[in-house]
Order: sequence, then structure tokens, then C-alpha cells
Amino acid sequence: MPQTDADTVALARDGDTDAFRTLVERHSRAVYRLAYRMTGTPQDAEDVVQDTFLKAYRQLGRFESRANFSTWVHRIAVNCAIDLIRSRAHREAGHDATQLERCGPAERNETGRASPERLMLSTEVHERVQAAMSALSRMERAAFVMRHFEGHSIEEISRALALKTNATKHSIFRAVKKMRAALEPLVASEAPMAGTERR
Amino acid sequence: MNPGNTDPMHYTDDELVLHHYGESGAPRAGRAAEHLSRCTTCAAAYSRLQHVLAAVDGSPVPEPPDGFERIAWARLHPVLRTTRGRWLSSLGLSPARLAWIGAVVVLVTGAFLAGRLSHPAPSRPGAEPASALMRERLLLSDLGEHLDRSQAMLIELISTDAGGVPAERERAEELLSDNRLYRQTAAVSGNSSLVTVLDELERVLIDIAAGPDVVSPTDMENVRRQIESDGLLFKVRVLAKEVRDRQNAAIRRTSRSS
Repeated sequence: MPQTDADTVALARDGDTDAFRTLVERHSRAVYRLAYRMTGTPQDAEDVVQDTFLKAYRQLGRFESRANFSTWVHRIAVNCAIDLIRSRAHREAGHDATQLERCGPAERNETGRASPERLMLSTEVHERVQAAMSALSRMERAAFVMRHFEGHSIEEISRALALKTNATKHSIFRAVKKMRAALEPLVASEAPMAGTERR
Repeated sequence: MNPGNTDPMHYTDDELVLHHYGESGAPRAGRAAEHLSRCTTCAAAYSRLQHVLAAVDGSPVPEPPDGFERIAWARLHPVLRTTRGRWLSSLGLSPARLAWIGAVVVLVTGAFLAGRLSHPAPSRPGAEPASALMRERLLLSDLGEHLDRSQAMLIELISTDAGGVPAERERAEELLSDNRLYRQTAAVSGNSSLVTVLDELERVLIDIAAGPDVVSPTDMENVRRQIESDGLLFKVRVLAKEVRDRQNAAIRRTSRSS
């Protein structure tokens, strides 16, 4: 019967390297996914995975046995990704939303409706999400991922990214705007197309 | 959602984003919900926003390669061993940072291969001949490619089953001859650290190139252990990155000098 994380952590704390290896093998894939979402490149995601487990290893003594190891290591991963993002202040500028509108023409017919081939549509949506995520600046990406996927509040994100609240909000707004520019033409067929004159 | 305005004509996109994420505050959220229930324009805009964000949710994250867990461990393990040393903490540097610095020093102190050391440095600082720069770029490019290919093979070896080893033999043979050349050049230039890494890599390559047709799981495990116990993958990865950085620097210098 496989050991629980709590048992494995206890062994790892006592210096059992194989136990820590088990933890790495159990959780590295999930950490990678999170890191990829936040950083946007496989190389950075791999670096975050390594940093995360290094920190986890060094901080095992602080881990409370009643806590959930997955949640704990997840939190470390978010911080490592943020550190990496902040260390790259010279980040490349994000693309314009207008560029995204032009990237990869949506398969549309003369009525303006999306193509009926849902599989193709789904593939295209995924590609566009990837393109739109890649087009976000590092801060926009981090703020958006933390808000949208990780469920952190804007206040928490501001503290983590060392941004003012308004700056965090605007990072998220810009990210959503880019997502809309890339995706709305595709998903609009499923959404109401009511009036556009809004304040 | 202007605080003083209890019933705005219409909500802006940004306000709808805040509402979607529950960031507009309790009183405003209630007003927004009420407004959305009777304003078809805002309801439609909100619905479009929700569709877009739902599409984002539904998009999968690229999966790491097969055997990623094993690869992650192979990269981590040598650094963890370093972490155990108490002297590290006394230096005030993180083990990861020290490992990185150490590995970079391996390469930098070796000054990079033949290009730099087997050819005299230009006599006038800041005026490197274009041919020397180009030679350096080519050497770095070759070495970087060699390290990338070696790294890819090590990763595959770690993540593959025993049946995959014979398929790697030809690749190992090719890498082996290049690796010897680089190792000998590094030895001539007196870069003992670089020699050590390339030597470790060479031993693995020899084992693969000279391996049996049928590889048992035990043999496979031995190969993996050889790679993992020396932290070889980590070292090669660090070298490859450093080479790429130096290559980019050389490209920039070439651009400036032309």
C-alpha cells in the first residue's frame, strides 16, 4: 500500500532521500503545469520545478504534518515562479491585442458564424489561448494566472508581485482584453451578440 | 461602477471583469447582479466575457515530456546532496545558487575551449578581428549543439525503458567521437573542470555505444544510476546554457564589429 504524503514527508525529514524522491515524482508534474502557466515556457517551468523542490527540501522542517503537502508545494511553486518573473524585469513587451486579432484567422463563414466543425474549433480555441497567453507580458501573465487559475485575490497578487493594487488590476484587465481579442471571434457564436454601445 | 452611481447606464468591460472575479465588493456586486438581470446590453457583454474566460479554462496546459518525474529528480538530486553541507548556509548563498555558480565557473574558468585558448587573444582590446569572432561563434555553436544533443540523449535514457537503449547506440557513437575531441581540446587548454564533465559524459556514451543488443532492466538501471549519481544531466544542462549565453554574446560582438 503506497505511503501517504504525510508519511513520506516524515521519512524525508529524517534524511531519507528516496522518500523525497517519491514526493518529487508524485508532485513534479502538477508543479510543472502550474509553472508553465505562470512562466509560459518549458525551460522556465523546468527551472521553477527545480527551485520549488529545492526550497521544499530545505524547508521540510517547517512543513506542518497536518497540512497538505500538495498545497504547500504549490504555494512554494507560485513564489518561485514569481521570483523568476520578477528577476526578469527586462521582459519582452507583450503583443498588442490588435496583433492577436490578426493572428491565426478564425475559420468563419460569410455569416460571421464560426465553422461548424467543433473539433477544429476547439483546436483553434486552444491554439489561440496559447498564443494569447504567450502574448502577455510576464506580469500580466502572472497576475492573470494567479487570479484566474489560482483564485488569489487582487490584494494577494499585489503583495506577491510587489505591485500597487491598481497596477495589478490593470495587468489583469489587459490580460483579459488580450484574451477577448484572441478568442471572442471564435466563441462569440455561442454568446449573445447584443448591443455594443456601453459606457 | 462609479461608487456614487447606484445604477450606471452600462458597465465597462473592466467593471465586468471585476464582477466576474468577485472583486467589486459586496454592495456593488449586488447592484451589478441586479443591473445585469435587467440590462440586456450588459448581460450580453457579461455573457461574452464568461464565454471567453470559460474557453481559457478549457484549454489544456502542455504536458511535460514522458518520464519528466525522473528527469526532474535527476536534475535535483545532485543539488540536494550539496544542500546537505552545512558550510553552504554559512556562506549566505542558497544551494541552488551555489550549484549554479559552481557549474558556471567550471566553464568560465576554462574559458571555453579551444577558440579562446588555442588562438592568441587579439592584441588590441575592443578590436577583435572579425575572423576570430566568427571562429569563436562557430566553436560555440558546435559545442552548444553537442551539449544539447547529449542532454537530449541523457533525458531519453533516463526516461526510456530498456528496449530503447540499443536505438541510442548509433547516436552515442556519433556523440562519442565529438565528445573526445572537445575533451582533448579542453585538456590541452588546461580546463580540468570541463574535462571532468566531458569525461563523465564520455563514460556514459561508451557504455551505451558498447552495450549489448539486449539490455536488461538491471543494465538500464545501472546506466540511469550512472547518470543520476554524478549529476551528469544537471552539469551538461548548465554547460549548455552557458554556451548559449556566450554564443549570444559573441553574436552581439560580431554585429557590433561589422
